[in-house]
Amino acid sequence: MRELTLTRNNPMIDPSLHIWGWEVPVYLFLGGMVAGMMIITGYFIARGRHRESDCSCALLPLIGIVLLSVGMLALFLDLEYKVHAWRMYATFQPASPMSWGSWILLLVYPVLIASILIRPPAWLARRVSAVTRWSERIHRSPSLPRAIGVASIALGIMLGIYTGVLLGAFGARPLWNSPLLGPLFLLSGLSSAAALVHMIARDVAERELLAKADISFLTAELAVIGLYLIGLVTSTRAHIEAAGMILSGPYAPAFWVFVIGIGIAIPLAVQTLAVRHRVAHTPVAPVLVILGGLMLRFVIVSAGQASHWLRSAGLH
Amino acid sequence: MARYGMVIDTLRCVGCMDCVVACKTENSVPEGYNRDWIAYDTRGKFPDLRMEIRSERCNHCDTPPCVSCCPCGASHVHERGGVVLVHHEKCSGCKACIAACPYDARFIHPEGYADKCTFCVHRVEEGLDPACVAVCPTHCMHFGDLDDPNSAVTRLLQSRRNHPLLPEAGTEPRVYYLT
Repeated sequence: MRELTLTRNNPMIDPSLHIWGWEVPVYLFLGGMVAGMMIITGYFIARGRHRESDCSCALLPLIGIVLLSVGMLALFLDLEYKVHAWRMYATFQPASPMSWGSWILLLVYPVLIASILIRPPAWLARRVSAVTRWSERIHRSPSLPRAIGVASIALGIMLGIYTGVLLGAFGARPLWNSPLLGPLFLLSGLSSAAALVHMIARDVAERELLAKADISFLTAELAVIGLYLIGLVTSTRAHIEAAGMILSGPYAPAFWVFVIGIGIAIPLAVQTLAVRHRVAHTPVAPVLVILGGLMLRFVIVSAGQASHWLRSAGLH
Repeated sequence: MARYGMVIDTLRCVGCMDCVVACKTENSVPEGYNRDWIAYDTRGKFPDLRMEIRSERCNHCDTPPCVSCCPCGASHVHERGGVVLVHHEKCSGCKACIAACPYDARFIHPEGYADKCTFCVHRVEEGLDPACVAVCPTHCMHFGDLDDPNSAVTRLLQSRRNHPLLPEAGTEPRVYYLT
């Protein structure tokens, strides 16, 4: 028998840590999804296929700016000392993933804007003459569009991985303490972004391509989740108990039903049938993928805060 | 440079909470918040039970994850004794340091910044003990330089059985408990 009683009752700390509410999971989800969108856009631009792509190049960067701004607003709302938000940009702390993230986010915006200029939507070019002017300038250089595409891919990978590394770097929370959270969140972001293109693209070829890509992303995501859990259950008792929280504990229903079932397994099956032309392409699978991506962040952020090192030191 | 640490005798501590009250008074800790607290740790099977009473706080770790994760440079290691402190004016309240601490020793002050035990460095700079150590009625708490072979804390650690909290978390805590 072990009973530990503390007289401490600090808000947000006791009885279990709950410092991050809806804002951080929403930000991590939107950041990951925008990262996926940048990689997809960058792929088309870098390969010189931006003229073939109606959605990935003409719409994704614009949607990306809006979604990232919503995510950053959520992040801002989470800060407890909001008037000091600028402090993150008064320094660079190389050991802090959050500091890396702050600066990556600052670099992401100009690349998204440059991506918009590669293939600006017609309605935007009509309304803002400067857009057409700058777009023509970019295309005058033979290598600049490709450089923008490569930068979009590179920053997308950095942004997507950082959202996972941010949590993975917290050794004090066993559920988060895995280097696989970076690739997992990147793959989840890619699958959500591909699902968005699958859902809104009007060009059949583009839709088919991204639906096929999404099958690969979801399969890889499932594999990384498996490796992540194997890593936890073969580690210390604290890590095994942390894994138990999502495998069979209080977060298990949300994890199995929303993350694995609705978020990955069902859309994987539906999309596989759709690309084989057994069923029609519908928004159902993409919507489930996006919902599953959001739920993944909620489950990991919530359960991770509740996971802790066993207070095993004591009586010897 | 000195390396300040604390040694607490669990065989003498009675859990009177004088240290808690002294800390709140000395540091104007807001109502409902604690920089230090008492842990009652009971183990065994009835009737063979053992209880350890501990006065706990920030462990001012040698490898403080709360410092390395801070994006603003607000969490830092003070030049005086390697005490871990927070520049309130630099803190954005992102709560990364709270997530990084395996001891849950930090909290968000009602004004918005991260707050925690300072080892009463303002008193130590004047040659005084931290408030919690100074008021302890059973003299179970000791403060000093862990790198000084003649300090009371070093001699106690050499002569008595002791343990830190959660050494497996790898942060190299500097608060030790004599058992």
